[in-house]
Amino acid sequence: MQTRKKILRTALALAIGGVLTTPAQVWTMDADDAPESVTIDSLATLYVPVEFDHALHVEITSCEQCHHHTTGGEVTDKNCARCHTTSGEADVVSCGECHESDRFHEKYLKTLEAPELYHIDKPGLKGAYHLNCVGCHQETGGPTGCQDCHTMTEAGEKLFDTHIKHSPAKGHSATGH
Amino acid sequence: MKKTVSRRNFLKGGLAGTAAVAVLKNKESQAAHDFEGYPEGMGVLVDLTRCVGCRSCEAACNKEQGLPEPAKPFTDYSVFDEIHHGQKRRTDETAYTVVNQYDVPELDHPLFRKIQCNHCQEPACLTSCFVNAYTKTPEGAVIYNSKVCVGCRTCMIACPFYIPTFKYSSAFNPRIMKCIFCYDTRLKDGKPPACVEACPQEALTFGKRTDLIDMGRQRIRNTPGKYVDHIYGEKEVGGTAWMYLSSVSFDKVGFDTHVPKEPILNSVKDFLAMVPMVLTIWPGLFVGFHLLATRKENIKKQEQENDEKEEQA
Ligand code: SF4
Ligand code: SF4
Ligand code: SF4
Repeated sequence: MQTRKKILRTALALAIGGVLTTPAQVWTMDADDAPESVTIDSLATLYVPVEFDHALHVEITSCEQCHHHTTGGEVTDKNCARCHTTSGEADVVSCGECHESDRFHEKYLKTLEAPELYHIDKPGLKGAYHLNCVGCHQETGGPTGCQDCHTMTEAGEKLFDTHIKHSPAKGHSATGH
Repeated sequence: MKKTVSRRNFLKGGLAGTAAVAVLKNKESQAAHDFEGYPEGMGVLVDLTRCVGCRSCEAACNKEQGLPEPAKPFTDYSVFDEIHHGQKRRTDETAYTVVNQYDVPELDHPLFRKIQCNHCQEPACLTSCFVNAYTKTPEGAVIYNSKVCVGCRTCMIACPFYIPTFKYSSAFNPRIMKCIFCYDTRLKDGKPPACVEACPQEALTFGKRTDLIDMGRQRIRNTPGKYVDHIYGEKEVGGTAWMYLSSVSFDKVGFDTHVPKEPILNSVKDFLAMVPMVLTIWPGLFVGFHLLATRKENIKKQEQENDEKEEQA
C-alpha cells in the first residue's frame, strides 16, 4: 500500500507532463484492458514526468471521466454528448491524440476559425490534463499542489527562483512581513 | 484607496485642462476619429474559474522580460497576503504581471486574478501621450518606445487600470515599464506570450480577440451557473485585448466595474491629430504636467523657474 500511495501522489501531476501512451488498437474497452500505469512525460521540462497510476484511477472513477466519448461508454461531458453519444469507441484513446500539445500555435489557431463551433474551445494537452485532474482532485480531496504530483526539475527551479531565501529586509516589496 | 481616487480626479482635472488648452489652439486640426483598434488583433481570455494561483505566469514573465530577481521565489504564496499602501499587489517596474487572491464569501475557495496591461483597443495611454511613445500594433499589443518617452507620466494617469509605471533608476531617462504582450520576442512572430504558455490550467487562452469573445460566450452558455453573464473587457473602455470571465461579480475580485464603456479619452481623441502642434507648445505643457504631478516637483520647478528669471533679469 505504501508504494501505491506514493505512486498516487506522484501520479496526479497533469501539468507539464505528456501524452498518455495507451496500447494502440484496443477494440473492446473495459477497465481490464487498461494499462496499470502510464508515464506522462511528453511535456516534462519544468517538472519531472508523472507516473500516473491508471489502475488506481480505474477503481476510483469511470473511463468517461477522462476519455469522454472515446472508450465507447456513456458520455458524461455535455459538450461531447451533443454529437458523440453514439460514436462508439475511437481507435486511439490517448489524450494527446485529440488535445493539441501546441495549443496556441498559429497553425492550430487558424483551424479554430472553422465553423464547427463546439470544438473552438478544446483545451490543449497541458490544459486538458490539469483542468481534468485538478478539477476532480479539488472536488474529491485529491492532491492539488504542483509538487504533489510532479517534483520540479532544475529548469523549473531556475524559472521559479527557488534559490531565493526570503528575508524581510530584501527586495522591492518593502512592506514584506 | 482614497489616495488613488483623489489622484485620479486630480489627474482628470489635469487632462481636461490640458485638453481645453490644446483644443483652443487647435480649432483647425482634423479630428482623429479613425482609430478604432484592429479587428484582427489577438487577445487573451482570462478565466478566473480556472486559475489556481500557481504564479507560473509571473515566473515566466519575469524571465521572458529579463526583469529583476524577485524578493521572494515564485513558489512563495505568502505574497497573496501582502498589502502595500492598503492595496493588494500591483504591477510595477519589476513585475509586469501579478496574481492576487480574493476571498469571496459565497465561495468555499479563494479566487485568483492575474493583472497586466489589458492592451486596450483604443488605449488611453496612447491617446494621452504627447510624444507618441505608444503604438497599438495590428497584432493587438500596446507597445512603447522608451527612447522618445519624456517621463511626463501622463499615461500613468490616463490608464484606467493603473498599469504603466516608471523606472527611475536613471534620473535623466525615466522609462515606461509595462507588459508588452511579449511583442518583441513572441507576438510579432505569431507566438503566444510567455505567461500564457506557462499556465498549466489554460486559465489564459490566447487567440484572435473576436474568437475569444465567441469562446467566452460559449463557456457562459454551456455551463449555466458557472459564470456571471459578462465578459469583462469586451466593452469596457472601448474594448480590451485581454478579457476576463468570472464566477462572481467582477467588483468582488478587484475589477473596476465603473469604467466607462467608451474609450477613456474618446472626447479628446483629437489628441492624436494634435501631436505635431503639441510638440510646439510642449515645453509649456510639460511644465504644467509636472506642476500637477507632484507637489515636491512643483516646488522644485518653481524654484528653478525663479532662478531662471533671476538669471534673465
Ligand atoms: S491597460 Fe492602460 S497601459 Fe494598457 S493599453 Fe490600456 S490604457 Fe494603455
Ligand atoms: S504578455 Fe508577456 S509581458 Fe505581458 S504579462 Fe504576459 S509574459 Fe509578461
Ligand atoms: S499560471 Fe495560470 S493558473 Fe497559474 S496563477 Fe497564472 S493564470 Fe493562474
